[in-house]
Amino acid sequence: MKRSWFAGPYALWMILFTIAPLLFVVYYAFTNTQGAFSMASFLKAFDGQYLTILWRSLYLAFLCTVLCFIVGYPAAYFLASKDFSRSQTLLVLILLPMWMNFLLRTYAMMSILEDNGLLNQFLKNLGLNPISILGTQGAVLLGMVYNYVPFMILPIHTSLKKMDVRVIEAAQDLGASPVNVFRRVVFPLSIPGVISGVTMVFMPAVTTFAISRLLGSGMFLLYGDLIEKQFLELNNWNFGSSLSMIMMVLIIISIGLLNKADPKKEGSGVL
Amino acid sequence: MNKRSGGLFRFFKGTYLGLLLFFLYAPIVVMIVLSFNDAKSRARWGGFSFRWYLRLLERSDIMNALWVTVSIAVLATIVATILGTLAAIGTHAMKKGWANAMLNVAYLPMTTPDIVTGVSLMLMFVFVHMSPGYWTMLIAHIAFDTPYVLFSVMPKLQQMDPNLYEAALDLGCTPLRAVRKVILPEVMPGVVTGALLSFTMSLDDFVVSYFTSHTEKNLSMVIYSAARRGIEPSIYALSTIMFLVVLALLLIINRRSSLEEVS
Repeated sequence: MKRSWFAGPYALWMILFTIAPLLFVVYYAFTNTQGAFSMASFLKAFDGQYLTILWRSLYLAFLCTVLCFIVGYPAAYFLASKDFSRSQTLLVLILLPMWMNFLLRTYAMMSILEDNGLLNQFLKNLGLNPISILGTQGAVLLGMVYNYVPFMILPIHTSLKKMDVRVIEAAQDLGASPVNVFRRVVFPLSIPGVISGVTMVFMPAVTTFAISRLLGSGMFLLYGDLIEKQFLELNNWNFGSSLSMIMMVLIIISIGLLNKADPKKEGSGVL
Repeated sequence: MNKRSGGLFRFFKGTYLGLLLFFLYAPIVVMIVLSFNDAKSRARWGGFSFRWYLRLLERSDIMNALWVTVSIAVLATIVATILGTLAAIGTHAMKKGWANAMLNVAYLPMTTPDIVTGVSLMLMFVFVHMSPGYWTMLIAHIAFDTPYVLFSVMPKLQQMDPNLYEAALDLGCTPLRAVRKVILPEVMPGVVTGALLSFTMSLDDFVVSYFTSHTEKNLSMVIYSAARRGIEPSIYALSTIMFLVVLALLLIINRRSSLEEVS
């Protein structure tokens, strides 16, 4: 018996439960309810109303990624700096929410933002007018940033920590100002981390469905919500599969583009 | 930079990280505090009480979801750990091309958006006339858990001295015995980390479960349907318990290996 045979059961498993299901999505995407070949549901996905939802998802995910970068880069940089690099607890605390149920985090956010939630209590105590945030695009965006910012911090932090300190010291010795050291040495070397951070935030942000439903009070349908609706409410599996396939293709294209920007996979301190 | 401005910068850094921690944890802390609030209203503190926790015990839907969540996490972890560990040992012995193919396919569930994993499995289950319920949810969980085990065990195998296995064979071990006596003890830390990760992922999953089971609900699904109806203090209590359990699991995993390595 050869040792490679040990992989047999899982190879079989993957054919049945990883590859076959994805082929079913392709099958349903290109057939109609009678099971005959049809492009109808695929073409329907390019109707104006559905493209609007796609753009909205891409736009929100893009904004979320930019915000996560603006908030996350300094955090990763400070965490990796001499002052804090030895505090393992701080790092664990900041990364911990990554592993927590996103519904739980979204639910917590909901209870702060709702009309008689803590935020409005606070504003009332200050003598200010309460604001209604739930159900706006801002609330959805805030919820997404809240959920995904640790995913941006982790890979950037990893790439900053891996950096050779001597390169930075050399730049300093050669007379570069702190700003220049950062701009010309540190930042370029951390690009692989930024790229994988962008991947880890953008992908789930584009495909999310529950966050928008809960924080947007169902007012802002995103692409994930649209897919969920086809499968669980409208029972239009062919159209749902077409939408899923389009989403899958978009993700594959973005992963391909991001890999191109980081061909050596230096940023992959992540699986 | 002189010492004084260095100190100021340090202060700024500390403040920034402090604010970030506040942003990340304030909602969770608020939720935990409110889960002990005796008043039903969230605007008023009615004194400390466990009533929402006791209420959980009376909710049969939540108790059932608890059973579904834990039993699925345990079963999925056991199967995924066995499948994943065997797969890693086998893949490690393969020729490079085959090993790469194997790892790339195993990587697929990790890059596929959860929602697509969920709907793809649902389509297949319904197509083969398995109605989406407990067992389909279990299969789905094994499918997304196993790569975590595989990718936790692989590095341990690569660190291992390949001569050890050869030596065992030369000394008359059968391959099966050599795997059990030589390879398994060497990769055990990876196996345990993988199992803990699988367990955490399973406990935590919402999206895939949501699509692959329409009859049985796990705790995340209960939270989702409750959240759509509005906020309820007993859900705070449930969330607090879930938060503390996941926290404990993660601290154990982190003691074994840095969180950064495994994520």
